[in-house]
Amino acid sequence: MLKTRIIPCLDVAEGRVVKGVNFVDLVDAGDPVESARAYDAAGADELCFLDIMATAENRSTMFDLATRTAEQCFMPLTIGGGVRSHEDVRDLLLAGADKVSFNSAAVADPNVVAEAADRFGSQCIVVAIDAKTVAPGKWEIFTHGGRRATGIDAVEFARTVVAKGAGEILLTSMDRDGTKRGFNLPLTRAIADAVDVPVIASGGVGTLDHLVEGVTEGHASAVLAASIFHFGTFTIGEAKEHMAKAGIPMRLT
Amino acid sequence: MLTTIVDYESGNLHSAQKAFERMAAETGAGEVLVSARPEDVVRADRIVLPGDGAFPACARALRAQSGLFEALEEAVIGKGRPFFGICVGMQMLADLSHEYAPTPGFGWIGGEVDKIAPSDTSLKIPHMGWNDLVIDRPHPVLSGVQTGEHAYFVHSYQLHVREQSHLLAHCDYGGRITAIVGRENIIGTQFHPEKSQRAGLRMIANFLAWAP
Repeated sequence: MLKTRIIPCLDVAEGRVVKGVNFVDLVDAGDPVESARAYDAAGADELCFLDIMATAENRSTMFDLATRTAEQCFMPLTIGGGVRSHEDVRDLLLAGADKVSFNSAAVADPNVVAEAADRFGSQCIVVAIDAKTVAPGKWEIFTHGGRRATGIDAVEFARTVVAKGAGEILLTSMDRDGTKRGFNLPLTRAIADAVDVPVIASGGVGTLDHLVEGVTEGHASAVLAASIFHFGTFTIGEAKEHMAKAGIPMRLT
Repeated sequence: MLTTIVDYESGNLHSAQKAFERMAAETGAGEVLVSARPEDVVRADRIVLPGDGAFPACARALRAQSGLFEALEEAVIGKGRPFFGICVGMQMLADLSHEYAPTPGFGWIGGEVDKIAPSDTSLKIPHMGWNDLVIDRPHPVLSGVQTGEHAYFVHSYQLHVREQSHLLAHCDYGGRITAIVGRENIIGTQFHPEKSQRAGLRMIANFLAWAP
């Protein structure tokens, strides 16, 4: 049986983890590769690096990070942030990423998704959707860290990018991100039920029950969280045990 | 001893390379070379064929390298060198794939590649993530890997073998999914051993020591 995935996400700027990872046994909490190794050992199902600077200079540090992580962690790695074209996808895959995530570029032109999926296969193309509630049961895509409205309906957009070849959707609720109030469940469910590819729920996790709800009520195939793991509030193992007790199939290591 | 990972510009070679290099170093299994040159395939003691993406694109890319398929055939079928196919590299063993358009494979393991069709239609395609293996037949490459261990899958198509004796392991996803196939000196995994942590690295180490 396929297991629900737990994915810790590391925000990276200039080759360093932003906010740091608070693991007791970590020598350098700001080193993304060391954090990745700790999550690998802790039983995380995948890892996600998000390049929050997405500048040209920072790009080469992401290649280096991907390479060094792939040398040491034999688990799936997704990299996103500032990915603009299928050439960017190629460079990141060659550096060591397993999946690459489009965000603003897919909003500007969903055909970049088709070009990348045609060339490398849907299995490695993720589209990250940042959405905000604009009316009950209505969600809109926002770009630029949630500051810029696009007028594009999130559910429609999810259908569009999947039709273009996206193999997975990373859905972040901008009105929940950082609040610790839990996922935006109606949004998550609306998108998970609208597309036939896996949806990763993101944004707002504060408790282990939030992770459970993302799957049972939000219909997500995977849950992504950052601070609850980075700050050591919960371990990956505790999260998995909790979800398994709630009846969700988990890979317990 | 030389293990050649066949580079035909398909998908993520880096991870496979690093995993084979790491296990070759740990087990003293010699050199790991990534190459598209037919002579590096012919002279290899072991051959790994990775593969990501769509079957027709992979088949096309492989055939586009002049002499590469012939070199594989000479090494694997002619000389009986151990062969490890990964993901689409495993599907390539089949007679035929129906992904996009009917495309012939190597025909080394009888069978065809078809879209996954879970009985529960709410199940997502691709089949992406960790699934537990059911070992159907013991095999030297699976030594130390038990039924119930997890492997990392990412695929929308699967190989249906004609001969049940060629099915070494499966998993369940609204029906049976072929996980590992093999015959004589040939083995292939639908999942990514290089992404499957302990169990995957174990299989890679076993392959590097396998003397069929």
